[in-house]
Amino acid sequence: MTQMADLIWQRRAARIRQRKVTNAIMLSLTGLLTALALVPLFWIIGYVIVRGGSSINLDFFIHLPTPLGVTGGGVLSAIEGTVVITLLAAVFAIPPGVLAAFYAARYPNRPLGVALRFSTDVLAGVPSIVVGLFGYTLIVIPMGHYSGLAGGAALAVIMLPTIIRTTEEMLKLVPGTLREASLGLGAPEWKTSLSVLFPAAANGIITGFLLAMARAVGETAPLLMTALGNERFSLGQIVGSGVEGHQSVFMIIGRIVNQPVDSLPLTLWKYAQQPYPERVDQSWAVALVLMIFVLLVNIATRLWVQQRARRLKG
Amino acid sequence: MTMQLMTDIKHATNSNAPIKVDVKNLDVHYGSFRALREIDLSIREKQITAIIGPSGCGKSTLLRSFNRMNDLTFGCRMSGEIRLDAQDILAPGVDVVDIRRRVGMVFQRPNPFPKSIYDNVAYGPRLYGLRRRSDLDAIVERSLKSAALWDEVKDKLGQSGFSLSGGQQQRLCIARALAVEPEVILMDEPASALDPISTLRIEELMHDLAHDYTIIIVTHNMQQAARVSDFTAMMMIDDQRAGRMIEFDQTNIIFTRPKDKRTEDYVTGRFG
Repeated sequence: MTQMADLIWQRRAARIRQRKVTNAIMLSLTGLLTALALVPLFWIIGYVIVRGGSSINLDFFIHLPTPLGVTGGGVLSAIEGTVVITLLAAVFAIPPGVLAAFYAARYPNRPLGVALRFSTDVLAGVPSIVVGLFGYTLIVIPMGHYSGLAGGAALAVIMLPTIIRTTEEMLKLVPGTLREASLGLGAPEWKTSLSVLFPAAANGIITGFLLAMARAVGETAPLLMTALGNERFSLGQIVGSGVEGHQSVFMIIGRIVNQPVDSLPLTLWKYAQQPYPERVDQSWAVALVLMIFVLLVNIATRLWVQQRARRLKG
Repeated sequence: MTMQLMTDIKHATNSNAPIKVDVKNLDVHYGSFRALREIDLSIREKQITAIIGPSGCGKSTLLRSFNRMNDLTFGCRMSGEIRLDAQDILAPGVDVVDIRRRVGMVFQRPNPFPKSIYDNVAYGPRLYGLRRRSDLDAIVERSLKSAALWDEVKDKLGQSGFSLSGGQQQRLCIARALAVEPEVILMDEPASALDPISTLRIEELMHDLAHDYTIIIVTHNMQQAARVSDFTAMMMIDDQRAGRMIEFDQTNIIFTRPKDKRTEDYVTGRFG
């Protein structure tokens, strides 16, 4: 080999070495920072499991709260209340949210479409306690009492921006050719939206709803001022007495939503501030329940979406 | 499987066939941009008319005017007349939904719905209220047979439309368009996304369909236009970038003794 080739060869070896070193440094650095970013997540999960795990037992889930010192109490009222409020919020938020998103996706250039997108972004940034105040002023005060209805309405307002945004994004992802094919066959716009666009975007729409729900489940501030909390709330008792008294389904539902309703985040907030160790332990247990619930919803959503996508691909 | 040669399927060019679609002085604007200028065209019934021309000359715009699909583009304005039989489809107050049933469309890239093969074809009839299973079965079978796809899919009607190959998907889209019993079928470069064998099958299909339907096809493939069509319309852009109709005549005349020099240049490959 000539001297020149030798030099080039040596330089090459040095360059390779240098590349390897830089590679290793950057890899370790980014790895370290990733681990750092994950630390809060795992710390929280771990801590909640450790602190809350000991208070979880069957009673926790199926019994109403008992006075201090009496064993066998649970948070059934909070669990049932959370379910009721979240369902109510879904009923309030999904129809207007999905329909509004359909409009905005179809007519992005019309003033109403533009206004909708802008308003959604603004609404998403409104602090949740302001939403609670809104619910308090507009529902609780006129009604004269706290209620699950107000709580559901407040949560619906919080869920609305997420639902509208994800639905609109999912609709925009549906290829325009699908819409053209349907319109080309002579289908009116609404039929096209219902029979072609909606099924095609359904995955994303449901994902959006589930994510919005997972967030709403954990909201405390709005519920403070609308649902208040109610340790005596028991679906079993309301339904039972309603059936006995031959009340119609509507009346029973009315009674359910028309009174202050308990909720998991509210319970957590209440118990955590009390000076009694049992209550504090219970608040950790509630935290664990909430966390697991949100985790399960997210995992189930992903699995379900994957499975549905696989089925459609044939 | 033996391929029938193009010459076996004879479908006669009839220059005395009644006029199905009559275009008079059509102008199409997108906002301030004029896409088509003063288009005059007479499409004859149950004949295959090809629209050819260089890229961007407005062929697809013209095609999409026939079923008012241009309405979907923001800012599109059309003036002039397009008469489907006796009715001017550009008139205000005309029922666009009905027009789109009478004038069906097959797109460049196959676009089956994410539904089963059966549901794809049954989509149109269901729109019009057909619910009975036996009725739908009959229509699905008939449409798939007309699209030369029945034998290949009759045992798997429940499978997703995407499980078919590209050529099969395109025939599925044709079957879907046929299911609503249109009078005119528009095809926007229907075989440009397909391999040569599938292309040939689609062309055979066109010849069969021309017995019952008026077909208007846009193609940038001149050999295809020469093979398939009875009449050819030659379009080009003028110096204001608007598309104009240069010449319209029987296909054999356009390709052997065109009257306009620009047509001659284009079909002989000197330009375009």
